[in-house]
Amino acid sequence: MTTTDIASAPLVRTSSGTPTTHRGIPLSRITTTELHKMFDTRSGFWLLAGIGILALLATAAVILFAPDNELTYTSFATAIGTPMTVILPIIAILSVTGEWSQRSGLTSFTLVPHRGRVFAAKAISCVGVAVVTIPLAFAIGALGNVVGTAIAGVDPVWDLTVTNLLTIVLANVLGLLVGFMLGVLIRSSAGAIVAYFVYSFLLPGLALLLATSQGWFRDLQPWVDFHYAQSALFDGALTAQQWTHLGVTAAIWLVIPLTLGLGLVMRAEVK
Amino acid sequence: MITIESVTRTYGGFTAVDDVSFSAWPGRVTGFLGPNGAGKSTTMRIIVGLTRPTSGTATVSGRSYVDLPNPGLEVGVLLDASAQHAGRTGREILTVAQRFMGLPRNRVEEMLDLVSLTPQEASRRVRDYSLGMRQRLGIATALIGDPEVLILDEPANGLDPAGIRWMRGLLRDYADRGGTVLLSSHLLHEIEVIADDLVVIGNGRIVAQGAKSELLRSAGSIVRTTDREVVARALIESGVTWSPVGEDGLLAQADAEQVGKIAFAAGIPLIELRPADGAGLEEMFLELTAETQRDTISDNHPEGAVA
Repeated sequence: MTTTDIASAPLVRTSSGTPTTHRGIPLSRITTTELHKMFDTRSGFWLLAGIGILALLATAAVILFAPDNELTYTSFATAIGTPMTVILPIIAILSVTGEWSQRSGLTSFTLVPHRGRVFAAKAISCVGVAVVTIPLAFAIGALGNVVGTAIAGVDPVWDLTVTNLLTIVLANVLGLLVGFMLGVLIRSSAGAIVAYFVYSFLLPGLALLLATSQGWFRDLQPWVDFHYAQSALFDGALTAQQWTHLGVTAAIWLVIPLTLGLGLVMRAEVK
Repeated sequence: MITIESVTRTYGGFTAVDDVSFSAWPGRVTGFLGPNGAGKSTTMRIIVGLTRPTSGTATVSGRSYVDLPNPGLEVGVLLDASAQHAGRTGREILTVAQRFMGLPRNRVEEMLDLVSLTPQEASRRVRDYSLGMRQRLGIATALIGDPEVLILDEPANGLDPAGIRWMRGLLRDYADRGGTVLLSSHLLHEIEVIADDLVVIGNGRIVAQGAKSELLRSAGSIVRTTDREVVARALIESGVTWSPVGEDGLLAQADAEQVGKIAFAAGIPLIELRPADGAGLEEMFLELTAETQRDTISDNHPEGAVA
C-alpha cells in the first residue's frame, strides 16, 4: 500500500481477509521520530532551549566577570561546556525513561515491537544531538571570545586546538551515554537523574578522598575510575596509556551495564 | 483475525492467564468480558507482544505480532488511554504515531476530526485531558493506520453516554466493513449491546465463549409468581436449576415454555414469564465469575458454550 492509498482510503477499512504486505519501518524513520519525541514535550523543549540560554548566559558572565588575562577561548568553552555536561545526559535519560515513567512505551513498543531498534534509534538521536549542539557551543564560545576581548581591548587568545575540541566532544558523548545507560538500567526518570548526579558529582569526590588517603587506590584509580579517565579528555591529547584507561573503565562502567540493561529491557514487561 | 492458543502466563506462583484459547473473527465484534483482575489486560498485552506468554501462542492475521513489519498499519491497539506522555499535546501524540507508521501528515487532522477533538483541544497537553478525551485520542491513535484488526482494552471507560453511543456506532460500522474487533470490558451492558461473540474470563480461565445469541439463549427464563417457594420446588423436581431474582422472581435454567408447563402442573399462578435475554448475560456473568471465585468450576457449562 502506498502512502497515497492511505491518504485516500476511507477512515474505516471496507474489506479485509486478504493479507497485505507492508514494508517494514526503516531505522532512519524510527530515529527521526525518536529525535522528534525528544523535543516535542515541554521538558524536552526547555532542556534544548536551556542549552542555548545557558550558553549565552555563561558567555556573558565570562565577559563581565573574568579578568582580562583570563579572557581566553578555554574560559569561554569551559563556562559553556559545563552546563552541557549536565543537560545532555539528562536529555538522554529522559528519552529512555519517559517510556516507563510516562508510560508512553505502551504505544512505542506496540508500534515498533522490536525494542532493540527503538533503543538503537534513541542512542543514535542522542549522540546526534550532542554532535550538533557541542560545536554550536564552541561557536558561541568563539563569538564570546571575539566580542569579550574586543570590549576589554585585548587580543583574543585561541588556546584550544582541534584535538582539544574533538576530545571534549568525545567526553560529552561519553557522559551522555552514561546517562543513556543509567536510563536503560534504572527506567525511572527521577532515579536515573539522581544516579547520574551521584556518578558525576559525588563519586569523583569520594574517589579523590580515597586516592589521597589510600596508596593502593591511587595506583588502581586510572583503571577503575571512569570519570577520572574521562577528565583527561578535557586536558588535551591523550597518551596511549590514557586511551587504554579510558577503554578499560568505559567497558566496566558503560558497556557492561548497558548490555545488562538492554538485556533486561528486551524481556521486561511493558505495563 | 486474532487467534490465541493455550496461552498461559504465570508470575511466580500466581497464574494470571491460564490456558486461554479463543479467536476473534473478521466482520465481528468479539467482547472480552471479565471482572477486574481476571486476566483480560494481560491477555491483550500478550497478543501485542508487550508481555511474553509463559507458554502458548498468539497470532494476528496468521502471524506473531512482533513479526508484523509495520504493526500500526495492521492492528490498531488501545491498551490504556492514560499511558501517554503528559507533556505532549494530543496532536503531537498522533503525530508520533503518524511518523512511526510513515503516514501522510494530513491523517493527523483527519483522525482528530473523526474522534471529535477540536483543534483547541488537540493543542492542549494530555495532562489536562479528561479520561474521555484520552479515550478519544487513544481510539484515534488506534485507527490512524487504517488497520484491519482493532484491540481495545476498556475503551468505554470515561466516555459520556453520547461518547459511548458514538464509539458503539464506530465499532459496529468497522466490523460491518470486515474489520476484526476485540473489545474488553467489565461493563456488561456495553458488551451486550455491541458484541457478536463473547469470551468470558474469570481468574485467568475462560469460563464461557461463543456467539452472544447462543450464550443468551442458554441463560434461561425469568419467572415471577405469587408463591416462589412452591414453583422453586417444582422446578427442582423437574431437574431445572434456578436462582432467586428480586423479591418474588426466579431465574430458571430452562426456556419459558418448559417453565410455564412446570408452573401450570404445580398449579401456581404466574405474574410474569419471559426469556431472560436482558438480564441473562449479567446473571450468567455473575454466576460464572462467582463459580471461579469460589474455585469450584463445574463441568456443566451453559448450553452452547464452547469452553
